[in-house]
Amino acid sequence: MFEKLTVSSTPHILSKNTTSKIMTHVVIALLPATLGALYFFRLEAAVIIFLSIATAVLSEWGIQKIRKQPITINDMSAVVTGLLLGLNLSASVPWWIPVIGSAFAVIVVKQIFGGIGQNFMNPALAARIMLTISWTGRMTNWISPGADAVSTATPLSYVKGFNVIPENAPRIFDMFIGNIGGSLGETSALLLIIGGLYLVFKGIISYKVPLAFIGTVAAITLIYGGFDFSFMSYHVFSGGLMIGAIFMATDYSSTPITMKGRIIFALGCGIITSFIRLYGAFPEGVGFSILLMNMSAPLIEKYTRPRVFGGGKQNA
Amino acid sequence: MKLKELVYKGIVTENPVFIQLLGMCPVLAVTNTAENALGMGAATAAVLIGSNFVISLLRKFIPSKIRIPAFVVVIATFVTIVGMVMKAYLPALDAALGLFIPLIVVNCLILARAEAFASKNSVLKSVVDGVGMGLGFTIALVVLGAVRELLGAGTIFGATMTWSSFEPAGVMGLPPGAFLALGMLLALYNKIASMKLKKQ
Repeated sequence: MFEKLTVSSTPHILSKNTTSKIMTHVVIALLPATLGALYFFRLEAAVIIFLSIATAVLSEWGIQKIRKQPITINDMSAVVTGLLLGLNLSASVPWWIPVIGSAFAVIVVKQIFGGIGQNFMNPALAARIMLTISWTGRMTNWISPGADAVSTATPLSYVKGFNVIPENAPRIFDMFIGNIGGSLGETSALLLIIGGLYLVFKGIISYKVPLAFIGTVAAITLIYGGFDFSFMSYHVFSGGLMIGAIFMATDYSSTPITMKGRIIFALGCGIITSFIRLYGAFPEGVGFSILLMNMSAPLIEKYTRPRVFGGGKQNA
Repeated sequence: MKLKELVYKGIVTENPVFIQLLGMCPVLAVTNTAENALGMGAATAAVLIGSNFVISLLRKFIPSKIRIPAFVVVIATFVTIVGMVMKAYLPALDAALGLFIPLIVVNCLILARAEAFASKNSVLKSVVDGVGMGLGFTIALVVLGAVRELLGAGTIFGATMTWSSFEPAGVMGLPPGAFLALGMLLALYNKIASMKLKKQ
């Protein structure tokens, strides 16, 4: 009884959630997609995901050792970053792509800005965009699932520039379960949704953010396609929308802190994603949209700050 | 202050890029290759030496209330000369640097040296200060340009420096690469400087 009555300054309510527990839940939530990647892309997927995670953890350990800071590899956040980056790569990339990407994510995007909780961008996503800009050919050389590794186009490149689904495009059911070309963990909407439901059930993320993000994309593509529901579902189940909305737009440190702010964040992500997909030069815009909104997060926070209890009129 | 110290100050202890962080616009924008960086640095240094010389000559003649417009007229004169010389003799470099040559007029490094040094010191000292600061600026730009060119294209001054299977990271030649490389170089510069301080 008495050990529960801790005499200390605020906060008084202690949660059993620690960083490592939350991060472990995220890893568990990514497991279905990871297993799906191993099933669809075989050995290549295993090698890429292993290299990505191993480099992320080693970089975190190394940079903290060099900078003489407490080693925090036990909080699992480096594992999550490595795993997310690995799932964001094509199965055809050479071994040095996940290595450079993970090292960049952990050292430059995360640790230089102060480590966990201080990064202003999602590290895995920033690394993916850096890799895509640097080695565009390597990063967009998608292969179809299975053992024979044939180069293929992603569903979004079929539909680029159209407002209807072209004849030769993949079937929506294949896109839903993940039997299409694309990066390792992005392809299967079903497995990502299972992971997302687990996170919502565990209270790690709120269902509102992914729903608002995906809903915005759905609404805009629905209007653009002239209320063609198959065109809308084609956009919803393709590309990085699911992994982005569930695992990246819900990142704690790089998104606004208030629920109102997070909804604005998600709406912004959805709008930018749809406009890049429908009008931009790239077939996919999820990565850019989340990074752009990451950078607007402080501004959103400034304007969604709740009134202090007992305080006067808010001066924003 | 001795003249030698003035040069040392411009290159090392008060380096315009690594310590004062002045003139960031050309530093970030035109350092995608070592050659562009050298051209930009040399052009800026030439304008700086010339403007320091003339402003120092006129320092007792310019009324302090209108000194900034007067400085800008002097600087703009030298920028026009440098721009015309580059158009005549180095058309390729001029095309690569483009708008950033006329923009030297508003480079805060040049205005800062005019305001802080040339308008208060003798002609000889001002010219030496211009040489030191100009060299410091050029060296910093070339280092940054070489790092970005090496990582972004695998070459330095157009000569291949890397093994054949090396695949350059295109991002280093683009604006984000400028920020990344400058940030890393600043950290390195400060690290070396703090290690020297500790030794003393």
